[in-house]
Amino acid sequence: MKRTGAQIVWEMLKREEVEVVFGIPGGAIMHTYHPRQEYGIRHILARHEQSAAHAADGYARVSGKVGVAMATSGPGATNLVTGIATAMMDSVPMVCITGQVPSHLIGTDAFQETDITGISLPITKHNYLVTDIDELASTLHKAFYVARSGRPGPVLIDLPKDIQKAETDFVPPEEEVELPGYHPVGPGDPTLVEKAAELIDQAERPVILAGHGVMMSGAMRELRKFVEKTNTPVAFTLLGKGGLPESHPLALGMMGMHGEAYVNHAIQEADLLLAFGMRFDDRVTGNLEHYAPNAKKIQVDLDAAELNKIVAVDVPILGDLRHVLDQLLPRVERQTHPEWLGRIETWREDSHRRDIVKRPENGNLIAPQVVNAIWESTGGEAIMVTDVGQHQMWAAQYYRSDNPNYLVTSGGLGTMGFGLPAAIGAQVGQPEREVWAVVGDGGFQMTIHDLATVAQEQLPVRIALSNNSYLGMVRQWQEFFYNERYEATDLWANPDFVKLVEAYGIRSWRVTSPDEMQPAIDEARAHDGPSFIEFQVVQTGEEGNVYPMVPSGAALHEMIRRPIPEETFKEGE
Amino acid sequence: MRTLIALVEDKPGVLNRVASLFRRRAFNIESLTVGHTEKSGVSRMTIVVDSKQTPVEQVTRNLYKLVNVIRVEDITDESTVMRDLALIKVSTEDGTRSEVMQLVETFRARVVDVSVDSVMIEVTGTEDKIDGLVEVLDTYGIKELVRTGRVAMVRGSSNGHSR
Repeated sequence: MKRTGAQIVWEMLKREEVEVVFGIPGGAIMHTYHPRQEYGIRHILARHEQSAAHAADGYARVSGKVGVAMATSGPGATNLVTGIATAMMDSVPMVCITGQVPSHLIGTDAFQETDITGISLPITKHNYLVTDIDELASTLHKAFYVARSGRPGPVLIDLPKDIQKAETDFVPPEEEVELPGYHPVGPGDPTLVEKAAELIDQAERPVILAGHGVMMSGAMRELRKFVEKTNTPVAFTLLGKGGLPESHPLALGMMGMHGEAYVNHAIQEADLLLAFGMRFDDRVTGNLEHYAPNAKKIQVDLDAAELNKIVAVDVPILGDLRHVLDQLLPRVERQTHPEWLGRIETWREDSHRRDIVKRPENGNLIAPQVVNAIWESTGGEAIMVTDVGQHQMWAAQYYRSDNPNYLVTSGGLGTMGFGLPAAIGAQVGQPEREVWAVVGDGGFQMTIHDLATVAQEQLPVRIALSNNSYLGMVRQWQEFFYNERYEATDLWANPDFVKLVEAYGIRSWRVTSPDEMQPAIDEARAHDGPSFIEFQVVQTGEEGNVYPMVPSGAALHEMIRRPIPEETFKEGE
Repeated sequence: MRTLIALVEDKPGVLNRVASLFRRRAFNIESLTVGHTEKSGVSRMTIVVDSKQTPVEQVTRNLYKLVNVIRVEDITDESTVMRDLALIKVSTEDGTRSEVMQLVETFRARVVDVSVDSVMIEVTGTEDKIDGLVEVLDTYGIKELVRTGRVAMVRGSSNGHSR
């Protein structure tokens, strides 16, 4: 049966079980858009292609499916770039379909022509320019396979307009994908697994570093079994949060630059680190020369290029974590580690004494308290989407959950503007779940236009704006490391956010003091439809900064700590 | 220096992908040659990497991440034949043609073109040998020089696809 390229796109998306596409049409892609309705695939109209990409990303992270974004050629395609790079850094499965000028015009600087396969080359797992209508179906099939298998990532398909219009006999591609140079890995090398098991049995002070790979591999159950058999405490990377239920006694908390001090101390004092699906990002290790100096290191990753990339490890295991944990579990001995766990508990108690949300109420509205209140109200059952900056770190510190894949945040690229559109995608991907977007006033304004998408789709996203009228994280660095010269971080001309959001027809609340906080959260949660709360939080000073903090270049244990309350009192006198 | 052989799919943009990878990861490469192989649809790259500045292991592993890269092998420590080819145009203005011809003979090179005041020499061999010839010809005045960069093949009966 004859089909146009446009029809083949939707036919293949259906076969790949795509339910929704996020995008914006335009001259070079409208031909593909045209037959969409006949295939029953939902389209969510973003207000900027960057948001379409972030929404596809958020959708993928919470649903475990491949997110799909669609855009036109030229500016439509280049606007996707930040979203693609974000997905690449965080290994999110995504397929982007861009329109391209007709084949005969490629290379002529035609209207809205851009070399998007060239531009996206280093920020995609793979990309394709389709030059033959008869290769379109198989290219789409390969793209989805590459995006979701192995270490997932974004794949871009550039589709010239003449290919979209051309007709051919549609032949469904073979289920099995044959790519001569692409072979995702399975179990690990048994000899190395044996070696790892030996180190684990010998360890007295082991710590697991759980990364995004735990959830990407679907190894949550296996990790839990391993943790409970060996009594090994678990530190999480930002994206690793949720790999083990966070109420589990062996779940420590986040590590790294703004990780919990007791977690960083545990890593520095450990005699064995088990890096499971994490890549020793610089935000996680601090100064490498002084990183976990006494620890032997085991690293499990399915991307060979991550092994020994940053930290030289004693046992690098190339393999899918779920398989490797299955291999390890019967080989390791049962352990208790009472002394080691006791030491970590002492550090943890010290951290609790410094915890700002445990302080008596002083009338100031502080951002960590806001996240904490959302956490208590939702019981950690909501999907937490964040933007990037101070509020993101507080969300990581104070929002905890027993569910995997509940935290949607831009970890690797740190993309401001991610929050709102990713929350749109998350809500579409999990329509029955409560979705909160915690955003700062800086990042929120980078994609604020997508409030129109929220309104148009009537997505019941709850948006919590932590407004300190600053680019807060940069301001904090300026305070600590740049002689308090606040260069270009003051957002004094912020709009009246409540009025602005209400202009989109979204119910809004403003909170300026702690006593208004809980009622507003309750009302926003009870509201049927999208809701927005602006929290005007403490802007500067100790209550406006994220602690602990490992300064750039310092060792992981050399943290700037939040003063304990007595000290604060003394300093205030 | 390490010599890597990469078998890649012969598709548009593959060389760009490889070059882009080296640039993006700040890998330092000495030379890169690419050409067809005995198998249609498969091209072969010979990549010479400065292992002092660039971890070769990482080069290999990152190459494997490219979907179009089929096989990568570090053949430095194997028994191999390594060849570079150069075309050299040398000035013979001061009646030095016969001297130059003698050198060509000594280096087992060939004269492939002669004009009034210059000769073009073709030489094949290891990089050292070509460096040596270039050095002595330099005294006569090299007008133009082009080298292909290293190509390499492991000795014996196995081939890069099955090994």
